[in-house]
Amino acid sequence: MTEISSVVVAVFVLLGSFLSLVTTIGLLRLPDIYSRTHAASKSATLGVLFILLGALVFFYQESGLDARLILGILFVFITSPVAGHLISRAAYYTNVPLWGKSVRDDLKVVSKEKRSKSVQH
Amino acid sequence: MRPNDVILKTATQLVTFIIIIFSIYVFLAGHHNPGGGFIGGLMTAAAFVLIGIAFDIKTIKRILPFDFKILTATGLLIAVLTGIGSFVFDSPFLSHTYDYFYLPLLGKTELATALLFDIGVYFVVIGVTLTIIYTIGEDN
Repeated sequence: MTEISSVVVAVFVLLGSFLSLVTTIGLLRLPDIYSRTHAASKSATLGVLFILLGALVFFYQESGLDARLILGILFVFITSPVAGHLISRAAYYTNVPLWGKSVRDDLKVVSKEKRSKSVQH
Repeated sequence: MRPNDVILKTATQLVTFIIIIFSIYVFLAGHHNPGGGFIGGLMTAAAFVLIGIAFDIKTIKRILPFDFKILTATGLLIAVLTGIGSFVFDSPFLSHTYDYFYLPLLGKTELATALLFDIGVYFVVIGVTLTIIYTIGEDN
């Protein structure tokens, strides 16, 4: 394992674990479910991606490119934001309240219009 | 009101292929690496369950239009037949063997009769899992 690649691996893994730590702090500190899913789905995804990239570079030295790690990176990159979207969507439609200091709720306007239209038809 | 979630449906269409390809990889890698028929079958079944969540059970029925109880039975039959097949070569029940063959495209490949047994396990796991999901999901 060359010196450069070990430095790259160290930087990737440390950055990934730092972002995971940021995610946890965000989950604990943020006020409502929407900002919490924002923290969980964004920075956790990037954290996991960085750690997997570090593993990819690490195992590239020993056994070449690992297709499973590439598939894992692609998979997490696609599914994690979708999971966050579904959680906050489910929360919105079961009437979980927004944070008290929120100023804007566009979805409320749209869904109210839709409901009045469906009543008319 | 039936929810119309385009994001989930589109992501499912992409992700299902990744899951099924990975399950086949895990199934074939089972001889020398972690994996095998059981976990491969579970992953394939999970891909179909994901389709069932994003669309509905009717969609899975349209993709796979056969009874999964028959799939379970076929898997058990394959597993038993690989056991009985060893009688033909005058050796005890379920004794397996392997040899190296030269296949087109793949080159020198190790083919083991344990793979046939594993295909049986694979079918049984898919069949049982999807039967359970069907019977729970269709209960109105």
